[in-house]
Amino acid sequence: MNPVNYLYLAALLFTIGAAGVVIRRNAIVLFMCVELMLNACNLAFVTFSRLHGNLDGQIIAFFTMVVAAAEVVVGLAIIVTVFRSRHSASVDDASLMKL
Amino acid sequence: MTHAATVHSLWTTAAAAPDKIPSPDIEYGQLSPTLIVLGAAIVGVLIEAFLPRRQRYVAQLFVSVVALAAAFAAVIGLAAGDYGTSKAHVAAMGAIAVDGPALFLQGTILLVALVAVFTFAERRLDPVVHGNRVDSFAAQAAAVPGGDAEKAAVKAGFTTTEVFPLVLFAVGGMLVFPSANDLLTLFVALEVFSLPLYILCALARRHRALSQEAAVKYFLLGAFSSAFLLFGIALLYGYAGTVAYSGIADVVDGQVRNVTPALAGTMGNDALLLIGGAMVLMGLLFKIGAVPFHMWTPDVYQGAPTPVTGFMAAATKVAAFGALLRLLYVVLPGLRWDWRPVMWGVAIVTMLGGAIVAVTQTDVKRLLAYSSIAHAGFILAGVIATTPDGISSVLFYLAAYSFVTLGAFAVVTLVRDAGGEATHLSKWAGLGRRSPLVAAVFAVFLLAFAGIPLTSGFAGKFAVFKAAADGGAGPLVVIGVISSAIAAFFYIRVIVLMFFSEPRTDGPSVAVPSPLTSSAIAIGVAVTLVLGVAPQYFLDLASQAGVFVR
Repeated sequence: MNPVNYLYLAALLFTIGAAGVVIRRNAIVLFMCVELMLNACNLAFVTFSRLHGNLDGQIIAFFTMVVAAAEVVVGLAIIVTVFRSRHSASVDDASLMKL
Repeated sequence: MTHAATVHSLWTTAAAAPDKIPSPDIEYGQLSPTLIVLGAAIVGVLIEAFLPRRQRYVAQLFVSVVALAAAFAAVIGLAAGDYGTSKAHVAAMGAIAVDGPALFLQGTILLVALVAVFTFAERRLDPVVHGNRVDSFAAQAAAVPGGDAEKAAVKAGFTTTEVFPLVLFAVGGMLVFPSANDLLTLFVALEVFSLPLYILCALARRHRALSQEAAVKYFLLGAFSSAFLLFGIALLYGYAGTVAYSGIADVVDGQVRNVTPALAGTMGNDALLLIGGAMVLMGLLFKIGAVPFHMWTPDVYQGAPTPVTGFMAAATKVAAFGALLRLLYVVLPGLRWDWRPVMWGVAIVTMLGGAIVAVTQTDVKRLLAYSSIAHAGFILAGVIATTPDGISSVLFYLAAYSFVTLGAFAVVTLVRDAGGEATHLSKWAGLGRRSPLVAAVFAVFLLAFAGIPLTSGFAGKFAVFKAAADGGAGPLVVIGVISSAIAAFFYIRVIVLMFFSEPRTDGPSVAVPSPLTSSAIAIGVAVTLVLGVAPQYFLDLASQAGVFVR
């Protein structure tokens, strides 16, 4: 199979994730959409690595995974704190500050 | 030859394979500023783990201040050893550039962080709670606001001394960010400084719901933008087959021909370059807070604890502009006819947008947030110049602006009423009659923001606009001057409010700070005036430092 197809898949996944961040309202779902975008990046990296025949892209994919894991730790901590004080994870409720 | 002998010979050839992976060659001495700061951050984590609560504050403060001062001394040592000029080179196997802009910005970030740590450690402003002096940070960040756990934590006198290692981790990332010489290092550094900042935003002692809301907004938008940055990196990697800045620049300049027909679809494909470059720029412009990626700035600046806001506003901007300069001047100079029009547009809407929306603000912290957006636009005008003067003027502006910002936010922490900091502008009315000194100091910072002569703001703006005009961006300078005038209106309005209106009877009081905040403000005023009255030495320093290594 032509590896370029994986690039189209990566772009598609990235777009789904980005659209999800814009459309959805639950902070956890938003966060999962961001993770989907990061995974789309990984797929693109690995595919380009195959196309170019060097290993840089595969190494970068590992770095991305570690960074994504660190981001989960921080992000979930913040979202859970907010949920505990408001009993809601909706980002529409977070509106104490307006212009 | 027997079967066993064949296997044996295979083993021996494998063991003596000529292409061994070479062990990486790291120049520890030249990376010492970053290594000192990150090492101290780890020591800070160990202090949290092993020292009793009572001793942590002093120990953390000591470790942070010593580490930042030592790292600054290391930067000065490297600069004195000509690593900023003649010996500038790429270290750590191509990952980190040690050159003039990197050292200048690292020095600025370290000084800013040192002053910011003083404001973090301030414990005289909040009233004494149950016999304990407290700072601006929550007693226990995990406790629900207003809940029993929080009351117990406050009564027990808990404090979040974790803020010091968090700041050090953030500073470590910021030191790498402007010196990153490949896109992977850029991304990792971005996350290393962003993640601690997200947590710091959520730690305010007063108005905790506001602070947590700011953190959640900052985190979600920050993660969103860094995903864009990462996809951009993936596309640039697909374009060039490497993430090293010099490698990408070579492909952009057309110095590398397609090697195999199989790569014709990806390597050197301009669509990948343009989309990838745009997405990486988007990620950086988000951190800078440029319109249209500025939405998070006012909310986060308002909700975060004020010392954190000051640190974030100053140091993040320095680091992100450093990375943006290096990207545009080292990786994409061959593409400047494509990115200059885009950056023109971004700079214009940033200058005008920030200045115009700031006029309608009623909260001091939001006002300063919009003013920081407008300033990001002024600095972008210098970035667009694409001349050596452009680089050095941006470096100078960043150094000048960061100390003004730190000082201004430190003054905001002093004006308080029963609910904590009184940030609503109506409460600042008549402040000049109650406490002339604080109002006068704040007026100096506002005049510097406005770019009045004899302050650092004027010297910086003049340098940036001159570079932009010389670089063929004349119309941009005109718009810059117009939006400076709009911005000056609301800075002056605050000064008029402080000095020429009647104080309110229920107005805020000005807390008497400890020497920590006093010295932070004093350093801010001193830098503002010195850079304003005698900028030449520092302009020369910036122009010596203004050459990127490739």
